[in-house]
Amino acid sequence: MKISRTEVEKTAILARLHLSEEELQQITGQLDSILQYIEKLNEIDTSTVLPTTHVLAIHNALREDTERSSLDLSEVLRNAPEHDGSLFKVPKII
Amino acid sequence: MQACELTITEASSLLENGSLSAVELTKSCLNRISLLDSSLHAFITIDEEGALQQAEASDARRKKGLHSKLNGIPFSIKDLLATKGMRTTCGSKILQNFIPPYNATVIELLQSQGAVILGKTTMDEFAMGSTSETCAFGIPKNPWKKGYVAGGSSGGSAVSVAACEALASLGSDTGGSIRQPASLCGVVGMKPSYGRVSRFGLTAYASSLDQIGPFCRSVEDCALVTQAISGYDEKDSTSVKRVVPEYSKSLVEGLSGVTVGIPKEYFSDAIDKDVSRIVQEGVAVLKDRGAKIIDVSLPHTPYCVAVYYIIAPSEASSNLARYDGVHFGYRSKDCQNLLEMYRKTRSDGFGSEVKRRILIGTYALSSGYYDAYYKKASQVRTLIVEDFKKAFEKCDVIASPVTPTAAWPLGKNVEDPLAVYLTDILTLSANLAGIPGVSVPGGFTQEGLPVGIQLQAAHFCEQKLFHVGFNLEKGLALQKRSLDV
Repeated sequence: MKISRTEVEKTAILARLHLSEEELQQITGQLDSILQYIEKLNEIDTSTVLPTTHVLAIHNALREDTERSSLDLSEVLRNAPEHDGSLFKVPKII
Repeated sequence: MQACELTITEASSLLENGSLSAVELTKSCLNRISLLDSSLHAFITIDEEGALQQAEASDARRKKGLHSKLNGIPFSIKDLLATKGMRTTCGSKILQNFIPPYNATVIELLQSQGAVILGKTTMDEFAMGSTSETCAFGIPKNPWKKGYVAGGSSGGSAVSVAACEALASLGSDTGGSIRQPASLCGVVGMKPSYGRVSRFGLTAYASSLDQIGPFCRSVEDCALVTQAISGYDEKDSTSVKRVVPEYSKSLVEGLSGVTVGIPKEYFSDAIDKDVSRIVQEGVAVLKDRGAKIIDVSLPHTPYCVAVYYIIAPSEASSNLARYDGVHFGYRSKDCQNLLEMYRKTRSDGFGSEVKRRILIGTYALSSGYYDAYYKKASQVRTLIVEDFKKAFEKCDVIASPVTPTAAWPLGKNVEDPLAVYLTDILTLSANLAGIPGVSVPGGFTQEGLPVGIQLQAAHFCEQKLFHVGFNLEKGLALQKRSLDV
């Protein structure tokens, strides 16, 4: 086994997901076969290869920090599940 | 022939000489949609009223002197491109009511040239899939054979163009999501180079791989639409300041001086006999038109599926963290605290393929596993990039199949995600290397299903794809066939 049920459960918490018993069982099996397949990469010696993080030589794109108009507040809040005046509302945190 | 069956090039000359109006053309597409879409499911949202208003405006603008070839041309748009005021779901329950307050740059570009937006197309949820079967709002059907997949993830876009519900469409391609459904539905579909087209307003899946591109019914149309959406945009820091060639100049007959490479790794035993035959016939056409055909090698091709299914889910796990039920989108009810709200919202809102990829990505990036998975995959990615660099020292364009087989029956492999991932083997490398690729219709299998031929070129060499693609299309001169709708 490349990945255990406990590891999938732990990963689900990190990913802010909640899996049902049935999902947990199915996904553990699927993830295991996918990770086993990915083992294939170990056939290649990459000890001297640099990783690719970007296919183009793009550097930070900077611009002048000038004032610009922003989106209309009511347009933005229209998509919020819950809001109060100009604020997004969430369940109690503390 | 009905107006909706015209290519953009044909329609634009009729619009220009006054024998067709944008309103008539748009109505023709809307009629086709009302006739076929209840069975084809290419669309999630159809904006009939808005489309007719845009068409009227296009006609008025033409009278005032707007002579753009796209003026009055009806488009469908994959439902992960932001359209101001028009619902954009990404095929996911988590965005079922999301109304973008802005337009993607490509939408602004199309509309500034007078294009008409008919609506938004079905797709795999968040573009994660190869058949569009993970869409939460209807599954697009292959118009050539009942009960067969349209391909994915931009399945609805491909179907809408193949079935003449729209003259063209915009989709996105992260691992083949334009080229593969284009091949399976018998239309032209192109993924431009990474950096060529602004991605502002494209919902991010895997940011180092995603690209927007067109679906069309001819190579000439494809060049036209690619031209219209290409160029630097200050809103996308990964778009590149570089002159965009005039693509229409590449549409010339004859291929003398052009070298076409055939990668042996793309012709394994897994390739269906019909597919292999069609690609060989296509290559013969290119040779006949003066191209020099040589063998090339892309030795790391067998590793691209493993590389992709680490890199793409890793980036996705980060990009999809924003769907948390706070600022926009779906939120589960009756949650006692914030953590519970996050977990319940995301579990109820995302479908199983999206959850699977978020979990793979989160796991691959988690402490203790990063070097073994993400770093390793990024190193092998370098080798894939180098393979292409070496190959393009010897040839201008690489020709190959797009997919190992033609379309397959709906419902096959839904329980076995790895089996579906493996079908992406011929398209993933272009995304990993950032190079452009196009699928051009090549012929039909014995069963009557379309098969595309893939052409790939070096970074920012789209013009070579249009040149070779145009000759392939002219040389094959495929007969028009009737759809199974």
